[in-house]
Amino acid sequence: MYRQAKWDEPLIFELSKPGRVGFSLPDPIEDVEVDIPEKLKRKKLELPELSEPEVVRHYTRLSEMNYGVDSGMYPLGSCTMKYNPKINEEIAGHPKVAFIHPYQDERTVQGALQIMWELEQWLKEITGMDRFTLQPAAGANGEFTGVMIIRAYHLDRGETQRNEMIVPDSAHGTNPASAAMAGFKVIEIPSNEQGMVDLEALENAVSERTAGLMLTNPNTLGIFEEDILEIAKIVHKAGGLLYYDGANLNGILGKVRPGDMGFDVIHVNLHKTFSTPHGGGGPGAGPVGVKDFLKDYLPVPVVEYDEENNRYYLNYDLPKSIGKVKEFYGNFAVLVRALTYLKIMGKSGLKEVSEIAVLNANYLTQKLKGTRGYELPHKELRKHEVVFSAEPMKKETGVKALDVAKRLLDHGLHAPTIYFPLIVHEALMIEPTETVTKEDLDYYVEVLKKISEEAYSNPELVKSAPHNTAVRRVDDVLAAKRPVITWRMYKQLKEKGEIDI
Amino acid sequence: MGKQYLPNLAHKDEMLKEIGFGSIDELFSDVPKEVMHEFNLPEGKSEYDVFLEMNQILDKNKTVLEMPSFLGAGTYFHYVPAHVKYLIERSEFLTAYTPYQAEISQGMLQALFEYQSLIAELVGLEIVNASMYDWGTALGEAALMAARVTKKNKFVVPKHLSPEKKKVLETYVAGAGMEIVYVDWNEKGQLDLEKLKESVENAAGVYIEMPNFFGLIEENIVEVGEIAHDGKALFVVGVDPTILGIVEAPGELGADVVIGEAAFFGNPMNFGGPRAGIFATKNDKKLIRQMPGRIIGMTKDTDGKRAFVMTLQTREQHIRRAKATSNICSNEALVAVAAAIHLASLGPQGLRKLGEIILKNTAYFKRRISEVAELPFDGINFKDVLVQFEVPYDIIHERLLEKNIHGGYYIKPHFPELGESALFAVTETTRKEWIEKLIVALKEIIAEAGL
Repeated sequence: MYRQAKWDEPLIFELSKPGRVGFSLPDPIEDVEVDIPEKLKRKKLELPELSEPEVVRHYTRLSEMNYGVDSGMYPLGSCTMKYNPKINEEIAGHPKVAFIHPYQDERTVQGALQIMWELEQWLKEITGMDRFTLQPAAGANGEFTGVMIIRAYHLDRGETQRNEMIVPDSAHGTNPASAAMAGFKVIEIPSNEQGMVDLEALENAVSERTAGLMLTNPNTLGIFEEDILEIAKIVHKAGGLLYYDGANLNGILGKVRPGDMGFDVIHVNLHKTFSTPHGGGGPGAGPVGVKDFLKDYLPVPVVEYDEENNRYYLNYDLPKSIGKVKEFYGNFAVLVRALTYLKIMGKSGLKEVSEIAVLNANYLTQKLKGTRGYELPHKELRKHEVVFSAEPMKKETGVKALDVAKRLLDHGLHAPTIYFPLIVHEALMIEPTETVTKEDLDYYVEVLKKISEEAYSNPELVKSAPHNTAVRRVDDVLAAKRPVITWRMYKQLKEKGEIDI
Repeated sequence: MGKQYLPNLAHKDEMLKEIGFGSIDELFSDVPKEVMHEFNLPEGKSEYDVFLEMNQILDKNKTVLEMPSFLGAGTYFHYVPAHVKYLIERSEFLTAYTPYQAEISQGMLQALFEYQSLIAELVGLEIVNASMYDWGTALGEAALMAARVTKKNKFVVPKHLSPEKKKVLETYVAGAGMEIVYVDWNEKGQLDLEKLKESVENAAGVYIEMPNFFGLIEENIVEVGEIAHDGKALFVVGVDPTILGIVEAPGELGADVVIGEAAFFGNPMNFGGPRAGIFATKNDKKLIRQMPGRIIGMTKDTDGKRAFVMTLQTREQHIRRAKATSNICSNEALVAVAAAIHLASLGPQGLRKLGEIILKNTAYFKRRISEVAELPFDGINFKDVLVQFEVPYDIIHERLLEKNIHGGYYIKPHFPELGESALFAVTETTRKEWIEKLIVALKEIIAEAGL
């Protein structure tokens, strides 16, 4: 039986003891007196005071109350929680990565520039695009970059009326949010019964106002959009561009490329497909690739290679560039990890990644299918992920997808993504990835089946889950109703006697 | 290669058979044949081969440990205590994702709550999010938020702003059609208050930095805030948090929103990324509702025990979609946790001491560099110092590099009015010998140029 550590670990502020020291700093070069004007001098500074061993114990205990890919199966749909090879960490932690400044003379950072340039070459071939920027810090930052490029392209051609971005109803929430941020009006189109883009709805949605279509393929249901070539034709005919949300390439690596499917712009989440760790929510990296006719709009700088002089350099000379979407050149240490991974995997390895990822997802689909309470809407063949619905279970027992998720935690398994995509009620979006074992998959299915039995025999057990985690079911309604965001707020409430935790 | 990461390669046929598929190809039967593509890529290599190869590539970099460097201008060489790196590499933190399942992710949630809390103490505001991508994108988001809160679309910033931040800001607000107004500096290299007054009408927000791009402490920061508030604009302060042990919290100086760079604590330079943007606001519902990014809150579990959870999510993209306050999803959680661990280790004494050391080292550097160059602005510098030369700076840069010294950041391409100037920076890591070596080298270079 799984048991997560349950430390009653206080906040670091509550561990503070006046006078304790957790730092060691060098002496100043010279004891020069510098006077800060009185009105600008720091007065109160209520930081905790702890020694180094106390700090280390505190965060070690906290880590013991956290679950990562290394702890067990983490099939969070759309997030591609694959194993992160440790060699990636070793290379990324190299002093030659850590101790270089982004404004160093190019001659002193040839290694860094070569890594960026090489990574771009890999990504170009993997996606079928012609040029990349590595600047975006995450998928959403990449999406913003991509839609800004689409915007710049239309404006440059004087097509100022193209202010509509089409997004399927199964899209990631970031798609409409990124399009809106770039100033587009978002047009949502419904999916058909198969879970794919409804071609008729798309035909009706495109017009001379269409800037583009943002699409994930395989989509968020894990279903490959079979009509992709037709979709591309419709959008292009209307004068729009096709944007590929490459949050996840695990379902197509080495099989088919977005560039060949007709996509003009793509972002790739390196922290998903290319195995850089997710860090509890970041840092990630979201490079953006474009077809040749869009390369002038990329953010500055791009990395170039002067073959004659065997020299890598940064090129800021892109007069039509959209500007910058992040300071400097992107999350460099993440880029290093991705390139390390690519070099190890290589051509055949990458293809095997998608083959096994897709095999695992379909294996789980078939093994779970038919279990009481879970339903498999839309077509059966999936790519890297599958979305089940717990709607029947909810109707028949009152046990919701949320409860199923929480009960999974009791078995030392991370829950799937739940309640997404929005078009599936009580959605359980499962993405096993290629790095799980057959036993992992069998166990996951076994537990989901067991939960189904519990739901029909003892629903309260599932509804009151989890039982074996660091804390029990968390009250998120209270969290929103009476926000306590910081220690400062907590203290104020405590003084007023308005909080009892 | 990479078979070591793919356990089910060994069970491929067995698994296919079990689910009634004849081959892997059948799993891809929905992909149009005419666009299928075989990668034209190198084959994979062993871990050792790649280890060697990456080391050889990286060997072409020269680090600031191998060459005294005076680069700053928004990225600084700070020392990160070893335990910070060890702790964030705990794989329970490193290999987790966004804590969607709160009950099994209390460690990361509490660590991020503590990050928010530590930053709140530093900046003097109650509400802090769990990080933006970096300071620059935080600035872009602050401008967009100011526009949403005030329903105005002009954002006023100093002309003395880093070129990186200018470009990020301009890109971020382009879609919303916002106007960015740049206000000049005065003879002291600080924001010109008279010019600010002329620009503030109809502004959604006014932005100032502490210290400013020239490394100078803006003495009139309180007055700038008053001018902003008189103009019914939000007062946004950007801060290098390493100064906050010695300089008053921006929240106490009137800031409505504080942004900055959290990665100056706990994280190495990494060629400019990853970093983590600070984003904080006053405890005002109008501001909180418009805030971008994830927020962690304290609540309780069904047993009444203290627990943490992502909260106020109705602002975010996964719920509000096109109407979200920002598109941000993944942030820089681990960078923020590293910053929190470093800050918790520094404590009030350490942070004050760190600020004093940097201030003293900067003052020492100014005295020494003024032996060989002009300092156009007189004031209190923290890290960066604007240095003006008579010799063209590209020559100086070149000759310094030959002597294995990396000079400052040449700013003429971005601020031609400042002539042959560069920003030189020092921190607590700068050694006396490095400065000595620099001054000697500069004297030689200037003497040679004079011949």
